[in-house]
Amino acid sequence: MSDTWIILGATSAIARAFMRDRAETGATLILCGRDMDDMKASAADLHARGAADVHVMALDVRNAKTFTPILDLAANQHGMLNAAVFTGSMPDQAVIDADPSLIDGVIMDSFTGPAQFLQRLAPMMEVRGGGAVVGVGSVAGDRGRLGNYVYGAAKAGFATYMSGLRNRLGRSGVHVMTVKPGPVDTAMTWGLDSMPFMTTPDAAAHDISKGLRKGRNVIYTAGIWRLVMLVIRNVPEPIFKKLSI
Amino acid sequence: MTWKTCTYSGWGRALTATGDIARPERASVLAKLPAAPAIGNKRSYGDAPLNNNGRVIDMTRLDRVLDFDAATGVVTVESGLTIGELARLFAPKGWLPPVMPGTGFATIGGCIAMDVHGKNHHHIGSFGQHVTAITLLQNGKQRRITPKDDTLWRATIGGLGQTGVIVNTSIQMLACKGDVMMVTERRVDGWDEHIVQLDASQASYTVGWIDATARGDALGRGILEEGETGAGLVPKPNPSKSVPFNAPHFALSKPIVRAFNAAYFRRVPSDGRTVVKPIQDFFFPLDRIHDWNKLYGKRGFHQFQCVVPLDQADALRAMLEKIANSGLASPLAVLKRMGEGRAGYLSFPMEGYTLAVDFPNRAAACELIGELEDMTTSAGGRLYLAKDALATPEQMAAMYPELPAWQKAVTKADPTGALATDMTRRLNLRNT
Ligand SMILES: Cc1cc2nc3c(=O)[nH]c(=O)nc-3n(C[C@H](O)[C@H](O)[C@H](O)COP(=O)(O)OP(=O)(O)OC[C@H]3O[C@@H](n4cnc5c(N)ncnc54)[C@H](O)[C@@H]3O)c2cc1C
Ligand SMILES: NC(=O)c1ccc[n+]([C@@H]2O[C@H](COP(=O)([O-])OP(=O)(O)OC[C@H]3O[C@@H](n4cnc5c(N)ncnc54)[C@H](OP(=O)(O)O)[C@@H]3O)[C@@H](O)[C@H]2O)c1
Repeated sequence: MSDTWIILGATSAIARAFMRDRAETGATLILCGRDMDDMKASAADLHARGAADVHVMALDVRNAKTFTPILDLAANQHGMLNAAVFTGSMPDQAVIDADPSLIDGVIMDSFTGPAQFLQRLAPMMEVRGGGAVVGVGSVAGDRGRLGNYVYGAAKAGFATYMSGLRNRLGRSGVHVMTVKPGPVDTAMTWGLDSMPFMTTPDAAAHDISKGLRKGRNVIYTAGIWRLVMLVIRNVPEPIFKKLSI
Repeated sequence: MTWKTCTYSGWGRALTATGDIARPERASVLAKLPAAPAIGNKRSYGDAPLNNNGRVIDMTRLDRVLDFDAATGVVTVESGLTIGELARLFAPKGWLPPVMPGTGFATIGGCIAMDVHGKNHHHIGSFGQHVTAITLLQNGKQRRITPKDDTLWRATIGGLGQTGVIVNTSIQMLACKGDVMMVTERRVDGWDEHIVQLDASQASYTVGWIDATARGDALGRGILEEGETGAGLVPKPNPSKSVPFNAPHFALSKPIVRAFNAAYFRRVPSDGRTVVKPIQDFFFPLDRIHDWNKLYGKRGFHQFQCVVPLDQADALRAMLEKIANSGLASPLAVLKRMGEGRAGYLSFPMEGYTLAVDFPNRAAACELIGELEDMTTSAGGRLYLAKDALATPEQMAAMYPELPAWQKAVTKADPTGALATDMTRRLNLRNT
């Protein structure tokens, strides 16, 4: 009996690398996202790489109605259920400054949308008494910064949610892991000013798989960001507020 | 953002370009981009994947397997998938890419656009001969072509990406016994013996490694490697290592190169040996050191590769003699026998012998390569565009008699010249 992985935001490049990794272990994958054509292409790819079965489901995390068919499908899977969240959006801070109503969407994509989904999935996982939840946040959530503090706030909210979920589901044997990537070389960062310690989607996926194997609670990828953020979090606010990093 | 401004180069790093690169991760994003030349992993040595002051589309993130028919072995893939990954995925199922170049990092798009050849060319021909369908993106419109689209097909295969962006490709894979190689290695003492051995080889995969620094009686000495696929257990391939920075000059100085080559030659016992290797170690031996091109330092290097007709082996020997006497060449040259197989107007292969030699990028080496190019032309041979950075438009016209037919088809496919690259401009391939 194979493990089932529900992937929220299956069109993300990091998700693609992670799904390939799961496929090679023979998992069943449920791809959820908005670009159906792209997910169909990934589904074929994951089949060729050894996935036991692959499903493609429409998901807009801003619309809770789209959750039901996915949760129904999940309920019908045998074996352990697992979920990984890759959704998120990062409009330019200047664009948000021009239209603050965009903030709601940013919060939904990274935080309240996936949280509402996981909240509905949690009881099912408790009953089965195992499996894992991976939630991709960001180092941007560790401290509010000039360049992307709305996105950062959404990721911070999600990280806090994940920590609470861990507290809850840990009691039923579910492993809940928060992932905080630094810059990753994907479409999201392509063409932005060069960033330090950039990692690749493959390396990030590798770190996630390793974290799962080792039962880690919070991982940074690339790992160096744990140290960098430790420093950044400890800069006193009177100094930090004058920095533009 | 869509575009990223970069300075980039081919594998040889001698030529560079600065311009905007898009790297779509999905087909819907690719479809909306303006027409621009596509590039793969930039494993071509010269300026084929460069467009200075212009735009290119990096295809490496469009890398999925879209369909596989286990009954026939036909696989359809996005063109940014690498040939090494295709082999890794399907060898355990009993199917290999029919043709594999010496690096697993070449993308399928690059393999088509250069109509690449492998160690089995004398049996099975070039990569393009095993492609059954291609989806091209031409000015925002997708078009599926097959060998029946005669001129467009032949202009696309080996066509340097000038007929459109290769989006998806169907390939007839080759049935194999498993994912390991039985490799027989034999020392070869000199040129004549090397030619005799290559002619006599019955193996599925054959390649000659030459010590390009050996002179006199030892000229052409090296190792003949023959391989067959097999099944069984072998140790996992060694993890690859990388070269973190540009190497200093002395790394490739004469004494070090000589010592390396002598050691390489002697690692095979005098009476030969048979070893079992993971397929990637046999097909892509150089990939085990990532970024090994950085060993040549900032100035980069050139590879000279030519093919000459069978009856011109002596002309090739004269070239090797010149190379050996110059003392300018690098470790490990490659000598192979080629068959006739080719699928495009500008495909490199012809029945004969092909020699590939690396040179650090120095004025003296460039001059020598110029002489070798002339010798190739006189011998009725040709240069490989995947390696070239130094040839002239006149030489191309002489070596590629089907160039006018290619030009006609390309003008029709891309009338505005939106897909031109540094290479097509340098060699005036599009005759503009
Ligand atoms: C170590 C090494 C060993 C090699 N050994 C061999 C060998 O044994 N035999 C052999 O034949 N070659 C060999 N090569 C050459 C290599 O196989 C070719 O240069 C190949 O084209 C590289 O693929 P790429 O994806 O890097 O393409 P690039 O170098 O990025 O591009 C090559 C050409 O293809 C075009 N192109 C790429 N993708 C597309 C696309 N999707 N649509 C349209 N056009 C496209 C580009 O415009 C360019 O003209 C070797 C190269 C190296 C570095
Ligand atoms: N790249 C980085 O440097 C970096 C750094 C730190 C954290 N992260 C986080 O890593 C995750 C993956 O990012 P990525 O780099 O792979 O970029 P990406 O491709 O932009 O991934 C974001 C994913 O979220 C999906 N999404 C956004 N809003 C959605 C919605 N309302 N409903 C459903 N799906 C939605 C997108 O789907 P569509 O295809 O439909 O748009 C896309 O698949 C994100 O959470 C991102 O914040 C990335």
